[in-house]
Amino acid sequence: MTDDTHGEIVLRVNDVTHRLLVDNRTTLLDALREGIGHTGSKKGCDRGQCGACTVLCDGRRVVSCLTLAVAAEGAEITTIEGLAGDGELRPIQREFVRLDGFQCGYCTSGQLCSAVGMLAEHAAGWPSAVTADVSPDAPAPELDAAEVRERMSGNLCRCGAYPSIVRAVLSAAREEVAG
Amino acid sequence: MKEFAYRRATEVRDALTLVAAGDGARYLGGGTNLVDLMKTGVEAPARLVDVRFLPLDGVREAADGGLVIGATTTNSDAAAHPEVRRRYPALSEAILAGASGQLRNMATVGGNLLQRTRCGYFADPSQACNKRVPGSGCAAIAGEHHNHAVLGWSRHCAATHASDMAVAMAAFDAVVHYETLDGPGELPLAEFYPPVGDTPDRETALPPGALITAIALPGSAVSPRSRYRKVRERASYAFATVSIAADLDVRTGSARIALGGVASRPWRARRAEAVLREGPLTADRFRAAADAELSAAEPLPGNGYKVTLARNLIVAVLTELADRAPA
Repeated sequence: MTDDTHGEIVLRVNDVTHRLLVDNRTTLLDALREGIGHTGSKKGCDRGQCGACTVLCDGRRVVSCLTLAVAAEGAEITTIEGLAGDGELRPIQREFVRLDGFQCGYCTSGQLCSAVGMLAEHAAGWPSAVTADVSPDAPAPELDAAEVRERMSGNLCRCGAYPSIVRAVLSAAREEVAG
Repeated sequence: MKEFAYRRATEVRDALTLVAAGDGARYLGGGTNLVDLMKTGVEAPARLVDVRFLPLDGVREAADGGLVIGATTTNSDAAAHPEVRRRYPALSEAILAGASGQLRNMATVGGNLLQRTRCGYFADPSQACNKRVPGSGCAAIAGEHHNHAVLGWSRHCAATHASDMAVAMAAFDAVVHYETLDGPGELPLAEFYPPVGDTPDRETALPPGALITAIALPGSAVSPRSRYRKVRERASYAFATVSIAADLDVRTGSARIALGGVASRPWRARRAEAVLREGPLTADRFRAAADAELSAAEPLPGNGYKVTLARNLIVAVLTELADRAPA
């Protein structure tokens, strides 16, 4: 730390180590966009309400606008720039393109990162608010449109592309989890 | 946002010392509420002490057959934990009914208890708010208050508590464990949130600088059939208009009922519970229980609908619990 309110931090983003000098007030979103140049994560509301800034921290989806960059030090961060493999779209990206899972595209990077995290949560057996019986002894909830809508409710789309987003997520689900 | 220092604590005692040492120091958990309020200037800590690296994570068995949830356990992990889902399903349902998948992955259960009201006047530093600036007045009581309290409020503040999780915790008689530099302490949830009175700025009974370390769910409250139901203005990702956590033993009439969205704290419906104990559990009895609880309601001009809604919700969930009970 250079002083109490600023300092150098090390961020691990998409398997690359970045050293950044930040004001402690800097959010992870601003560090990604302004400090590293990864502008794929979008600033929609900047208040944790729209999900456009969703990234994965240690594999879990979070909103980067309410994550302080200093607090993200030590985590493995994955952004939209790191979602695809070597030049090949991953299934969720491919299905968003194929099934028109977007219109203007502003929320899309957040939708995609959120979907990747959400599918892992579902595969781990996590129930949701629309799961009829949360008991661990009940059958795991099948991923249907109602489950996808509930689990993706933290990602807003002002164009209203939701029906296509749900179709794309359902279409990619099995392939994504099989990895 | 005001400038602040940031420290990570790895020992509870270090965290306590770092907060005790500085004026305006605050613990940082998931930050989903605190960082948001810092952006608007409602919160302006001089130092943040990050507690997520303290050894306070995870759910463990309690000797009495209950569970102890560590304070830094994320909302997601608490809701997904098999034993929480098996023994206290209403708690899992309540957590899952709150916020979004992203926010639940960030937020801690300790922080969830400490989240601030979503009253729009509290969130706007240009407005009068006794909770934010004691003595400045309450703009909500004469203003936009359709989602404000109908029970237990005072002329100083009519804000509601926003947590779903805490409503289930109240129904299950959870106990909050904390540490201070003078040693540990505990507070039953029923005493954790003081009445509003003329001190709406005093939101918890925690001693200054205290750090929540765990929340214990008693074995006596294990309720495998318990239920959380939430009414809100859209299907998902919205705060409660009115919510309920409930369990009902149809043989004894013993019930646990807590309401959300109606008061400055999770509202344990002890009057309703008392009426149910007098049995028998008929539809009339359920209505009488709801009426007994809501007889104390004092709605504002713009939120009388909440009284009807809370009454209907109590009757509906009790009916459902009775219908689902094993023969």
